[in-house]
Amino acid sequence: MHRYVLKRLVHLVPVLFVVSVVVFSITLLLPGDPTLAILGEQASQAERLALREKMGLDRPVLVQYATWLGQALAGDLGRSLRTQEAVSEMLAARMPVTLQLTLGAIVLAVVVGVPLGILAALRRNSWIDMLCSAVAMSGVALPYFWTGMLLIILFSLVLRWLPPSGYVPLLQDPVGNLKLMILPTLTVGAAMSALVMRQTRTAMLQVLSQDFIRTARAKGVSEARVVLRHALRNALIPVITVIGLQTGALVGGAVVTETVFGMPGLGRMVVEGIFERDFAAVQGAILVIVAGVLAVNLATDLCYAALDRRIKL
Amino acid sequence: MSTPAIAAIAPSEGAFARTARRLMAHRLGRIGLLVSALVAFCAAFAPWVMPHDPAGIDYEAILAAPHAKYWLGTDELGRDILSRIIEGAQVSVQVVFLAIALAFVAGSLIGLASGYFGGVVDDVVMRVMDGLLAFPILVLALAIVAVLGPDLVNAMIAIAIVNVPGFARLVRGQVLSIRELEFVQAARALGASDLRIMLRHILPSVVGNVVVYASLRASTALITESSLSFLGLGAQPPTPTWGGMLATGMQYWDAWWMSVFPGLAIFLSALALNFLGDGLRDAMDSRLQD
Repeated sequence: MHRYVLKRLVHLVPVLFVVSVVVFSITLLLPGDPTLAILGEQASQAERLALREKMGLDRPVLVQYATWLGQALAGDLGRSLRTQEAVSEMLAARMPVTLQLTLGAIVLAVVVGVPLGILAALRRNSWIDMLCSAVAMSGVALPYFWTGMLLIILFSLVLRWLPPSGYVPLLQDPVGNLKLMILPTLTVGAAMSALVMRQTRTAMLQVLSQDFIRTARAKGVSEARVVLRHALRNALIPVITVIGLQTGALVGGAVVTETVFGMPGLGRMVVEGIFERDFAAVQGAILVIVAGVLAVNLATDLCYAALDRRIKL
Repeated sequence: MSTPAIAAIAPSEGAFARTARRLMAHRLGRIGLLVSALVAFCAAFAPWVMPHDPAGIDYEAILAAPHAKYWLGTDELGRDILSRIIEGAQVSVQVVFLAIALAFVAGSLIGLASGYFGGVVDDVVMRVMDGLLAFPILVLALAIVAVLGPDLVNAMIAIAIVNVPGFARLVRGQVLSIRELEFVQAARALGASDLRIMLRHILPSVVGNVVVYASLRASTALITESSLSFLGLGAQPPTPTWGGMLATGMQYWDAWWMSVFPGLAIFLSALALNFLGDGLRDAMDSRLQD
C-alpha cells in the first residue's frame, strides 16, 4: 500500500507543477501592463510603479515564479489587492462553506443515487427503471444555476418552506445553517445523484450476472444478503470512481450555486475577484480548489485500490 | 489513375450514409438531431423566426405573463422573452460551434503529434494536458476569462481551451495504436514524410471517434457558456444570452417566466446534444449490428 501511495504521489508532482504554472500565469498573462489591469486606467505612474515593485514584476519571470511558489508552499498566498486581507485568511473563512456544500452534495448523491440505482437494476425494464433512466439522462443536461432557481421558486416563493438565500456558519446557528443549506445542496447534489444512480444500475446489472452471485444464491444465501453484501461491494467500485471523477464538476457546480444562493464560498470568491480585479484572491482560490480536487482524486484511487483486491498495492 | 481514387472515396460515402441511416433509426439520436437542427435553424434564421424585435421595448407590457401576444411573456423592459431566447440561440450556437471546432482542431493536432512522435514530446505534452485536466472545467474557464477579460469572444476562447486536453488525450490514445499498423509502416517505407503520414494516413482513421466526442462535448460547452453568461463573464448586455437572461430573472422572482423559459432552452438544447452524441456514438460503432 505504501508503494502504491508513493507512486500516486510521484505522478502528482508534474500535474501540480503544471497547475502551479497555470495559476501563477494568471497575473503574468494579463494583457498589457498588469498594474494597469489591476489599478485601472486612472492610476498614476507612481501608484503603478509601487505596485510593480510590490508584486515583484520588475524581477525576471523565473524568479517571480520561484518566489510565488515558495511563499504558496509556506501557506502565504499574498494579500488581497482590494482589502489588503491575507488571502489565506480569506480562504480559511470561505472554505467551510464550499466544503459543506460539496460534501453535502456527495452524501445526497450516495444516499439517493445508490438505493435508486439498486432498485432500477433489480426491477430492470420496469417503470421504476425507465423513470430512473429518464431522470439520470435529464440530470446531466441540467445547468446547476437553473436547478437552483427552480428550487427557490418552488420551495421559497410558492411553498414558503425554506429561505431563498444567505448563509450562517454551522457552529453559530446549526438549525439556520441546515435550513439555508438544503436548497444549495439539492442543487449541486441532484446532477450527481443522477450520475451515481446510472452508474450503480449499470454496475449492479454487471455484477448480478456473474457466477459468484449465482453460487451465493445456490448456497441459499438470502436475496437481501446477495444484493447488499455480495453484489453491492463490487458494484460500489465504479460508483466511487464516478464520485471521484465528478468532484471537479461538483466544484464547478458549487461556483455557480454559491452565486445563486448568495453564499460566501470559494467559487464566489473567484467570481468576485474577477470583477474586482483582485487577482491575488482569484489565484489563491483557484489553487486551493484544484489542490482539493486533486486530493479527492488521490483519495478515490486509494479507496478504489482498498476495495478491489485485484489491484496490486 | 482514376480507379483507385474512386475506390478510395466510395467506402467513405458508404460509411457516411450508413451512419446517417443508423442515426435516424436510433430513437433518442433522432430526437437529438431534430431538436439540435431546430435550434440551429432558429439561430441561423433568427430575424425571420422571431415574432418580435428582441430589443423592442413595450412599456405597456412590462413583466407581462405569457399570453397571446407574447407567448413566453416579457422582461423588466417589456421585451419579448421568446424573441430574446431565439436571439440568444444565435450566441450559444456560435460560441459552442466555434469553441468545439477550435478545440477539435487544436486538440487533434496536439494529440496527433504527441502520439506519433512519442518520447519526450509525448511526455511533456501529456503532463501539460494532465495538469489542465486537473482543473474543474468551469474553474479553468474562469481563470482564462480572468486573464482575458469578460466578453463573448474570450468566453469562446476559454471554452475552447478547456476542451483541448480531452481531444488531445483521445487522439493521442488512438494514434498510439494506429501508428504501428501495417498501412502506416507501408507509407513510411515508401518514404512519406511525417506530416503526410499524420495528416493523410492517421488522421482520417481517428476522425470518426473525434466527431462523436465533439458532439458529446458540445453539451458541456453549452452549459459552460451559459454558466459564464450567468455569472456575467460571457457576452455583455445588450446581447441576449440564455445565462444572462436567467441572471436578470433572479432579480424578478415574481415574473417566473423570466427564470423558467431561458433555462428550459438551455436544458432542452443540452439534452438534445447529449442524445445526438449518444446516437452518433452508437451509429458509428462498427461492433453494433444494424
